[in-house]
Amino acid sequence: MCPREIVVSDHKLDPILRSDRLPHIWCPGCGLGPAMACFANAIQESDIPVDKHVCVSGIGCTGRVAGYLNVDSFHTTHGRAIPFATGLKLSNPDLKVTVFSGDGDLFAIGGNHMLHAARRNIDITVICVNNFNYGMTGGQLGPTTPYAARTTTTPYGNPEGPLNIPHLVAALGAVFVARWTVLHVRQLQKAIAYALNKEGFTFIEVLSPCPVGFGRPNDLGDGIDEMQFYRQQSIVDDRAPLESVGIDMSKESTLVLGNFVDRERPVYQPMGTEPPEQREQTAVYHPADPEVKAREAP
Amino acid sequence: MTVVRRPLDQSVLTIPRGQTYIIPQRCKGCRFCIDFCPKDVLEESTDINSKGYHYPVVSAGKEEACIQCTFCTLVCPEFAIYTEEIEPETL
Amino acid sequence: MSENKEDRHVLTGRHFMNGDTACAEGAMAAGCSFFGGYPITPSTEIAERLARRLPEVGGVYIQMEDELASIASVLGASWTGARSMTATSGPGFSLMQENIGLGAFTETPCVIVNVQRGGPSTGLPTLVSQADMMQARWGSHGDYPVVAYCPASCQEMFDLTVLAFNMADRLRTPVFVMADEAIGHMTERVVIPDKSGIEHVVRKRPHAGPMDGLLPYEAEGSMVPPMPRVGRGYRIHVTGLTHDERGYPATDAATHDQLVRRLAGKLTRFAPEIIRIEEVQMEDAEVVLVAYGSTSRSARHAVTILREEGLPVGMLRLITAWPFPGDRIAQLAERGCRFVVPELNLGQMALEVERYARQPTTRVNHAGGQSLTPDQIAEVAREAMTCAREKSWSAITS
Repeated sequence: MCPREIVVSDHKLDPILRSDRLPHIWCPGCGLGPAMACFANAIQESDIPVDKHVCVSGIGCTGRVAGYLNVDSFHTTHGRAIPFATGLKLSNPDLKVTVFSGDGDLFAIGGNHMLHAARRNIDITVICVNNFNYGMTGGQLGPTTPYAARTTTTPYGNPEGPLNIPHLVAALGAVFVARWTVLHVRQLQKAIAYALNKEGFTFIEVLSPCPVGFGRPNDLGDGIDEMQFYRQQSIVDDRAPLESVGIDMSKESTLVLGNFVDRERPVYQPMGTEPPEQREQTAVYHPADPEVKAREAP
Repeated sequence: MTVVRRPLDQSVLTIPRGQTYIIPQRCKGCRFCIDFCPKDVLEESTDINSKGYHYPVVSAGKEEACIQCTFCTLVCPEFAIYTEEIEPETL
Repeated sequence: MSENKEDRHVLTGRHFMNGDTACAEGAMAAGCSFFGGYPITPSTEIAERLARRLPEVGGVYIQMEDELASIASVLGASWTGARSMTATSGPGFSLMQENIGLGAFTETPCVIVNVQRGGPSTGLPTLVSQADMMQARWGSHGDYPVVAYCPASCQEMFDLTVLAFNMADRLRTPVFVMADEAIGHMTERVVIPDKSGIEHVVRKRPHAGPMDGLLPYEAEGSMVPPMPRVGRGYRIHVTGLTHDERGYPATDAATHDQLVRRLAGKLTRFAPEIIRIEEVQMEDAEVVLVAYGSTSRSARHAVTILREEGLPVGMLRLITAWPFPGDRIAQLAERGCRFVVPELNLGQMALEVERYARQPTTRVNHAGGQSLTPDQIAEVAREAMTCAREKSWSAITS
């Protein structure tokens, strides 16, 4: 007979986390933890060495993800994670750059960058955690807040309609577009791992409970209640017409999940740049570079 | 295990089993692991951790029930629980 | 092939080129390998030149969707070890301010060129001004170090761009080249030395291997921490939040105070090496014209006019606007000098002169759109000289 639970002090995912920073700042019932766990597993599962992974976040609750992952990580300014990532990726194509940020960061203040990075088909992966509100500042209206939903800045209900994220990103030209919830951890992890290995602008929307900012004022209950809602109301349909996958989070509504888009388009390549193996010597050109290289660990 | 009609290959079939590990101090009591465990292995502790949360423990009588699906490992927002595969159960 | 490409970095020789082009060539000679920008008059020629030139050497030119994206991409590129830059003008410079703060706070070296035009707002897109000088110093929120150079010729557009890259790498901070439309669009001779004649400061990198517990924000003795490159196993965390030596966010007042003071202290400590001024006929000067950028060309001529009249007038030209060469101004004030500050704004650097001189200055201002003429400057300086000698200084400054 095996023992009951064994109490330990380290988690098996700790090596890929900055475990000295745990516990994280997210509220009980928040979905960011599972989303980050799926990303961490997908990093390990990807064909790319961990040291070549870079995580770039913007601002907000999701913006804190970069700081908890034990990879090269950047917590940048609000909305600017994608252009920061663009600079990293173009300047060193050997890197696998993933932007991990929230719906407000990526689609409100940073919406323009989403538009153009997808249009260019920059070779980065974007993971967007959608919790339907601005959580870090205490639950305000965001670009994904459903019509009539209550937030602290829409006390009479939201008069605006929300973005349909997969529809938008697909229209912008992303080569991979998926949506999962943080309950669908296996599908989510698989989708992220697939996106990491696929060249071009790959995008995953992750629906996540925000019990404090969104769940409570909208009678969705705690995190666990919203997870149950995901279980009951989700359908998986990879071929769903994307104009119909908008979310209103009403009790009877359906959440359409799936890997909606998977296609090929030419990946952005700056003029005159060579493939990575030839590029290393010329791109970071310094007259004194040999000396630098000699000092540095390979 | 009672089997009415015994499959021919039953002797080679196994059911994976897992051992549960927990880090009580990291738990914030969201119950994701407890409610979504397909084998209902977990329940809330009677104790509380230093933050005042009831962390998950293996229910009495469920010591052998974990089938190593790793769902709790993936869905735990706090990196506070995981399972490791142990010797499978033979039928 | 790579031999060929190295040669294309430095266009050694004598050229007749405009200031913006010279700036771009300075960037090329400095080994800049990433430009992220957005077209804006009167800086566009820098982007246009680099769009042609960077692909010749395997560098990256990308036209971003706006200036917010431009500066963000430049910061990102810098962390790969690249020398990166952007160029803009007033409206774009305004949009960049938040990430300039990120660059300063995360100690990310890069070069930002602002070819100043008339402001505020869209202002005078095609005409000269120097009205972004205080914005360069205080544009982003919070206290942070700023280095800004003011080229006054096409040759200096080249030289100071090279210097800006070197200073950025040396101090690990964004460095501004605060040009103006007159210099950007002026065409004159530019001499580009051969590669050996171009100074190149190598960015300090960690000696320790990736797994040796590097503290990426530990400043050692120099106040400037070595900068690891991403993708090399250091697994650094870089955040715009107040951070400790490991780079981890910290929410306490002591860490914040220590960090902000160290960043500001970099300037104090290295000021003697950063600050460059040019002094013209200053030995016996009683009235000093403090000028910079294109205005200093008029001021230089004004000095000649006044000297021909036998008046002891000199010019102190700010090649470095920030950090401000306040010690020299204080010295001159102590010597009894009076200051006249001509500039194409309503008196920005004059404030700084007054702060160190501890006396009012005479200002010669135009809000922008046209250059101050030597005669305009000379006239005010002449009057200042008379007042200074009659000890009725307050009469003209009130």
